[in-house]
Amino acid sequence: MTASSAAQAAYIVAALLFILSLAGLSRHETSRHGVVSGIAGMAIALAATIALATRSIAATGVALLAVAMVVGAGIGLWRARRVEMTGMPELIALLHSFVGLAAVLVGWSGYLDVEAKGSGQHEIAHDLLGIHHAEVFIGIFIGAVTFTGSIVAFLKLSARIRSSPLMLPGRNYLNVGALAAFVGLTAAFVASPNVGLLTAVTVVALALGLHLVASIGGGDMPVVVSMLNSYSGWAAAASGFLLDNNLLIVTGALVGSSGAYLSYIMCAAMNRSFLSVIAGGFGMEAAGPDDRDYGEYREITAEETAELLKDASSVVITPGYGMAVAQAQYPVADLTRRLRERGVEVRFGIHPVAGRLPGHMNVLLAEAKVPYDIVLEMDEINDDLAATSVVLVIGANDTVNPAAAEDPGSPIAGMPVLRVWEAGQVVVFKRSMNTGYAGVQNPLFFRENSQMLFGDAKERVEDILKAL
Amino acid sequence: MSQSAQLVGVVSESRPGESRVAATPATVTQLRKLGYEVVVESGAGRGASFSDEAYAEAGAAVGERAAAWGADIVLAVNPPSAEEIGLMREGALLVALLAPATSPDLLQALAARGVTALAMDAVPRISRAQSLDVLSSMANIAGYRAVVEAAHRFGRFFTGQVTAAGKVPPARVLVVGAGVAGLAAIGAAGSLGAVVVATDPRPEVADQVRSLGGEYLAVDSAEAEVSSTGYAKEMSQDYNALAAALYARELPEVDIVITTALIPGRPAPRLITEEMVASMKPGSVVVDMAAAQGGNVAGTVPGEAVTTANQVTLIGYTDLAGRLPAQSSQLYGTNLVNLLKLLTPAKDGQAVLDFEDVVQRSITVVRDGELTWPPPPVQVSAAPAPAAAAPPPTPAAERKRPAGPGRLYTAVGAVAAGLFVLAGFAPAQLIGNLTVFVLSIVIGYYVIGHVHHALHTPLMSVTNAISGIIVVGALLQIGHAHTAVTVLSFVAILLASINVFGGFAVTRRMLSMFSKD
Repeated sequence: MTASSAAQAAYIVAALLFILSLAGLSRHETSRHGVVSGIAGMAIALAATIALATRSIAATGVALLAVAMVVGAGIGLWRARRVEMTGMPELIALLHSFVGLAAVLVGWSGYLDVEAKGSGQHEIAHDLLGIHHAEVFIGIFIGAVTFTGSIVAFLKLSARIRSSPLMLPGRNYLNVGALAAFVGLTAAFVASPNVGLLTAVTVVALALGLHLVASIGGGDMPVVVSMLNSYSGWAAAASGFLLDNNLLIVTGALVGSSGAYLSYIMCAAMNRSFLSVIAGGFGMEAAGPDDRDYGEYREITAEETAELLKDASSVVITPGYGMAVAQAQYPVADLTRRLRERGVEVRFGIHPVAGRLPGHMNVLLAEAKVPYDIVLEMDEINDDLAATSVVLVIGANDTVNPAAAEDPGSPIAGMPVLRVWEAGQVVVFKRSMNTGYAGVQNPLFFRENSQMLFGDAKERVEDILKAL
Repeated sequence: MSQSAQLVGVVSESRPGESRVAATPATVTQLRKLGYEVVVESGAGRGASFSDEAYAEAGAAVGERAAAWGADIVLAVNPPSAEEIGLMREGALLVALLAPATSPDLLQALAARGVTALAMDAVPRISRAQSLDVLSSMANIAGYRAVVEAAHRFGRFFTGQVTAAGKVPPARVLVVGAGVAGLAAIGAAGSLGAVVVATDPRPEVADQVRSLGGEYLAVDSAEAEVSSTGYAKEMSQDYNALAAALYARELPEVDIVITTALIPGRPAPRLITEEMVASMKPGSVVVDMAAAQGGNVAGTVPGEAVTTANQVTLIGYTDLAGRLPAQSSQLYGTNLVNLLKLLTPAKDGQAVLDFEDVVQRSITVVRDGELTWPPPPVQVSAAPAPAAAAPPPTPAAERKRPAGPGRLYTAVGAVAAGLFVLAGFAPAQLIGNLTVFVLSIVIGYYVIGHVHHALHTPLMSVTNAISGIIVVGALLQIGHAHTAVTVLSFVAILLASINVFGGFAVTRRMLSMFSKD
């Protein structure tokens, strides 16, 4: 057994552990084992690679390697400990960008490495050189798109830039043009590789990533984040092709396809095709002001809400991004506990695209120690809503909009929504009467069984707790 | 704030038999919150069991008749008499049920006195104005009372019982017209235990009827009515004939009939003929809630209960709402408070009429001595126009259908062909890589296919950490040959390490939070 074959064997074990890890993560009971498998796989892969790498490089190289890993690990662990659960979407988007950038760098290194050795290199057979060049190109392209796309997503999610979609004229042509340029450049590069073309494709890909995500609105962020997750996987897989490394290919393909599937789930939850999400913003159809007369909404005070809850036999809470913004998960969890002690049945209804990250609301509620078995998915709870006494809508808007089910002319028509309006009473926590991310007015607020509780969600829930 | 607060006068109703009052102690408190001073005519609330002391406690002054009628804003239930109009100040505001469509003389008299008059019975039926809709709140009370009156006259239980003395069948109640009054009657009769059936020309009320526990009887007619004003309109001959056939079929079976059919500004439609009444069982009771407008039932006498030759009682009371004086005063008073809220946006005790507001425009019948009736028509938003009433596609149909088998086979075939071509021309090494790649994609898809929705975020952060495996690529490149390569690899290792360690650490943190009860 040579060092190289030992490394290959280790890679196979690592790949299997990664598969086990993802499989474990699909259920609560096994999720912790899943993470342990993932860590074990990663440790094995790293150990094997480091052992392999250190055999052939000088001491300075080993030192650099160690420094880079220790610094990176330090930063990563520090961020992971410090991050607020409400800030998870930003962190994940930022992490995606690192994978993208790393893929770009690996691509460049791969090219420079081969070039430096010139025609005298022996690692790659001559007839494979063209394929190698194409792989370099593809790897850099995907990596760069992931990188800038994730950076823009990060900026949007952390509200450092406006999250409304950027509407350039002919944006679809820009995207298609960038893809066409990529194909052309690849052909040119395979024929005559040079640094100029490599720079050109990097710039094109960076610009494409920027534009792609900039033109997607904030409400579509769960799709964008999982799409970028998928891209980061494809970037890793491309690097695997480039380096002829099966572990990278397996892992990249696993991440890529699981990310794509998650994006698909998110898109299905909004009744939209994957392409239409990627190609443009959600809010575009709703740009015009809506001067329809929806009637009058009624306000309710926190004390009245408390009375309502006291008399209720079952309560469903449907949180949205507003709960995350207001950091209201702790008082909401308190409220849940108090009501359950009084014998009120409390459950949560989570829309698949609530929040800015797939599963965002679940993480927040888990953080506040809400038992996960009362946190239900939209499809699990929708049929029970009609028999529910009170629904509290906390910071959600588009995901509870009856227009999606009833108004075929609405921009969100056909999107599956939580049918909260069927419940006896609906109390909507909201900061103002502004529309949600989709820019669509919500007729729910004007229904006869809905009442509005204005103000910061956290303060209002605390007021209710006081009144109880 | 420069002007002193306006005075609101609550008058004692002079119409014989009227027991309602336009404000209760509770609504007086609300009026004072809007900045108004309130004077209540002594004894105004007696009929509704509100004492003068209760009003005084709520912050109102108790005054003479002249003081109440001489206020800046006069709140009343019924239209004022000529003498009462004379008591009003010029420029004052009168709010009452004025029936503007049928009382032109009254409007003339008010205009001549130089006052502004708001008719609470002219509130348009738009959802924004629901809180002022007196007709609805009164109809609700009247519908309830109609059932109570019927039960009072009916010699049996409403509910079915099995007792030691034998089985009692439940009463069968037919409600004609499922408007506000009809729905209230359905609810009240249902909660007494009766079996309730209801008819209405508007098919969209069927769900409302069912929601109150009633059974909806449809008239088999092509003429489905969609109302654009929120009120029923007169129906065609054809429809009426079919409806009459339905009544003729039902009436011998039912014990109680409550009719509520009214068409605004027109005499009530005659729905039940003398022969139909004659076909009813002895002891049955008919409540004709439209008696004041001529009656839906042949033989009703407005304001009285009469018994026919076959022992059917026909109740034609016209003051059903007034028979629950405390309740109707409370609701009417609240409607008035809501109106004054609309007129007093600044809550400074100064009423301002805004003719741009369609609600205020519609109810103003006289402004400063000038006749402003009838108002321009208001399209009611609650009922969609007939063009838009085409059945909306169900959400299920709107959802994207999964690809049909044909498309699926095509897609699979195309991918397979593409792979075949690619592999056929690729060197051996690439084929190996491709094989691994394709199989891994499939595994990835199936492995997370049934992921629990709550675990999406942890799954994503783990895949994120795993995709940090790209560090392996950078590790293999560092330290070789070129300085540039080493620098690039160094940065790549650093970034990917952040991912690997950060991703796993944050996932562990998240999962430790998920707990079961």
